[in-house]
Amino acid sequence: MDERVTTTEEGPTKKSTVTAKPPPLEVHDLTVAYHRRPVLWDIDFAVPKGRLVGIIGPNGSGKTTLVKACLGLVPLASGWVRCFGKQPSEQRKRVGYVPQRESVDWDFPIDAIDVVMMGRYGGLGWFRKPGSKERKIAGECLRKVGMADYAKRQISQLSGGQQQRVFLARALAQRSDLYLMDEPFQGVDAATETAIVGLLNDIKAQGKTVLCVHHDLQTVTEYFDWVLLLNMRQIVFGPTEEVFTNENLRRTYGGRLNIISDVADAVARKLPDKSKDKWTG
Amino acid sequence: MDWLDDANTRWVLLGCTMLGASSGILGSFALLRRRSLMGDALAHAALPGVCIAFMVTGARSLEHFMIGALIAGVVAALAIQAITRYSRVKEDAALGLVLSVFFAVGIVLLTLIQHSGRGNQAGLDKFIFGQAASLVGSDVRVMAICAVVVTVTSLALFKEFKLLCFDAGFAHGQGYSPGVLDGLLNLLIVVVVVIGMQAVGVVLMAAMLITPAAAARLWTDRLGVMVMVACIIGAVSGVLGTILSAQALRMPTGPLIVLSATAVFLFSFLLAPKKGLLSRLRRLVLVRSMVGRENVLRSLYEIAEATGSWDVKVTEGELAARRDTPIKNVKRRVSRLWREGLLARQANQLSFTPRGLQEAYRVVRNHRLWEMFLMHESQLAADHVDRDADFIEHFLSREIVAELERLLQIHGREPKLPASVHPLQESS
Repeated sequence: MDERVTTTEEGPTKKSTVTAKPPPLEVHDLTVAYHRRPVLWDIDFAVPKGRLVGIIGPNGSGKTTLVKACLGLVPLASGWVRCFGKQPSEQRKRVGYVPQRESVDWDFPIDAIDVVMMGRYGGLGWFRKPGSKERKIAGECLRKVGMADYAKRQISQLSGGQQQRVFLARALAQRSDLYLMDEPFQGVDAATETAIVGLLNDIKAQGKTVLCVHHDLQTVTEYFDWVLLLNMRQIVFGPTEEVFTNENLRRTYGGRLNIISDVADAVARKLPDKSKDKWTG
Repeated sequence: MDWLDDANTRWVLLGCTMLGASSGILGSFALLRRRSLMGDALAHAALPGVCIAFMVTGARSLEHFMIGALIAGVVAALAIQAITRYSRVKEDAALGLVLSVFFAVGIVLLTLIQHSGRGNQAGLDKFIFGQAASLVGSDVRVMAICAVVVTVTSLALFKEFKLLCFDAGFAHGQGYSPGVLDGLLNLLIVVVVVIGMQAVGVVLMAAMLITPAAAARLWTDRLGVMVMVACIIGAVSGVLGTILSAQALRMPTGPLIVLSATAVFLFSFLLAPKKGLLSRLRRLVLVRSMVGRENVLRSLYEIAEATGSWDVKVTEGELAARRDTPIKNVKRRVSRLWREGLLARQANQLSFTPRGLQEAYRVVRNHRLWEMFLMHESQLAADHVDRDADFIEHFLSREIVAELERLLQIHGREPKLPASVHPLQESS
């Protein structure tokens, strides 16, 4: 684990890593550009072990790009990413990934358990075929997400929530220490949402770390103990109760949130008035 | 079977079978990776490659042609990639551009070779539309080696290709570079193109990659089976095309192979279970007639509910007006319900039989529960919804149905039955 210290040309500073184990995910001064136009910059954070971290920001704020950058799937314009002190490309087996559900063709000729077995492919390596061991692991993971009865279903016959569960089961099959999930709550039913939250807490209880791109501001404080507020650049990163404030949200969402919260404030002020009217009327 | 006595025909038959089989296997992956047209571009790009190989070596040898086609294919693929990345031209336009430019260069080179007066230009022009009859033993040996290489490689990389085609991003996250895998896939496509060049020609090669795979997709929902079926369809098309061309028709083999594959595709498109046109039509008709029948029952039930009299009598015209249905359709459905013993008819007055009222109650209740479910879906903890199920109890738990019934009561939409029609059957 410690050869990291020898590869420090631009790696983590020695000061912070000599004593402690390297954090699951450390991002330093990251900039990502598409077609020479930067889409993410000033990203600088280190995720402590065993946290559930929400990545929050408006549409087009670079959340998915950040996840891909952390996985080493997009070229970085500057800065670096370290997973457990190493390049993401050297830590494939320790990092699990749940892409956006819309990113694949659900009409693909494959059944649920086959999708879950794909989580084992990285461990198998080139040319080796998945066998009964992989099938068993995949079955267990499907059971953990409540989809054991659907193992043999063709994936197009599953509902949106069920498809999302299959994707989560596939990530579980990776048996990683760090999970990066892109909108796992997108378009799922209430039961699936509860199931996913339970699952995230199970993962956390095992001392593993999860980063989740998340959309719904209502549930942030309930689901995540740390948050990263993002809008092209990093607005703030820290424990939810400290940094998930109206002030920071306003800085993240700009005018859009202003309108929403003003409306909410107005409604809140109106309500008692109305009931008063009732009494007097 | 005297035509089989001809050694030449046997070679052709063997060559075309292998071509069909290997292009079926590879085409499955190309189709699922949405790279079918890449096969077309690579096939057209092979022509200038072959011409240059001939100009350099001055001899007609499939091995050299393959190297030429490979190099040209790589250049074409890179050109497509570069155009997509560095200009605003989208991939489909880039494909079309590269495909036609390379083909044009190929034709120019071909003409140059013909005018250069070299005697053994060796039917290079046959590579455009193919001429299976010109296949000789040594050609078929090279084709066989290529077919084996393609088949073995795609089976060895089955897991990797499956991952690439389904979810390239996840493949990358697992350490399988999509760039490398796509490159391998393209390389194999070029090899198949070289196998098919002489028999089918570069213009029609794309059909050999697309058609068997597209037909196979209609028969199965499993990738392994699909690849196998595509392989068989390709091989059968090769055999069929060769036989037709050798037997009676005296037609070129390549187009007949492609037409055979197309015939298999049309057959699959019409008759495949579940995905075939006939099976889909049949389902549509069934659903239509079921919905029509339920609509008549609901219309009469709602009229009865509104008037408060369960033995209310209506005419077909009144039923038709209720849902603005053509009277012709209502008549047909009414007579069916009458034959089922659910409606009673006196003159042209219709009313429920006791059984009909119960059936109508069941239909209306189910319909309204569905309404409630759709209205409140986000708040109900519905785990596993199977929307194909006819009746709501078939897929929602007892607790949720009870909750829905409570909602019906709140909204005053709960259907009732007159006391006399009891006992109320619990729908199963």
